[in-house]
Amino acid sequence: MIDIQLLTTPISEQACLDFVKTDDSGGIVVFVGTVRNQTKGKSVVRLDFEAYEPMAVSEMRKIAEQAIQQFSLKKMSIHHRVGSLEIGAIPVVIAASSAHRKAAFQACEFAIDTLKETVPIWKKEIFEDGEVWVSATP
Amino acid sequence: MMNLKVLCFGITRDIIGQFEYTLALPQGSSIADLKKQLAINFPEFGKLKSLRVALNTEYGDETIVLKETDEIVLIPPVSGG
Repeated sequence: MIDIQLLTTPISEQACLDFVKTDDSGGIVVFVGTVRNQTKGKSVVRLDFEAYEPMAVSEMRKIAEQAIQQFSLKKMSIHHRVGSLEIGAIPVVIAASSAHRKAAFQACEFAIDTLKETVPIWKKEIFEDGEVWVSATP
Repeated sequence: MMNLKVLCFGITRDIIGQFEYTLALPQGSSIADLKKQLAINFPEFGKLKSLRVALNTEYGDETIVLKETDEIVLIPPVSGG
């Protein structure tokens, strides 16, 4: 079972955790991404996220489907937020449940690593003196 | 000729100057042809690390032939999470 959400409001980590809980899970892992206050030594004011929404949802769903199959998960939840996020805000939460904990750890790592490669979501770093689309140019 | 409507996200919207961009290409043109024409019209595309194109919410191969009815979306390097 899979729960994918793309939101413009703050993510509820509890909602992700509650979704993946099952009576036959022995371990649940929750990954929480956060907005860091600096990049390469430069102070970040905020991050602006945007998404190609229908494809962001379908690509996150594909990741969850693969993770469930590959790691024999019970459930996975992926929530991503878009809009302007301040320092310390949470752009992404990934939760996974499995019979044993190792699979849940591996699945969350797989999911966030793959999300960063394939999901059509973009973030722009806003500095005091300018802004940059992350990873757009070498 | 076909009139192709292209949606521009992230840095591609900054480069092109608008979210929806219309480009005329000959019938039978592929994703590779679209990218080639974009690079001619907007040389700044040359500075991107990568540019993928999505057709109807799926990543498209360079050789796929485009149709006017396709939802064509420019996908510069992604940076979610």
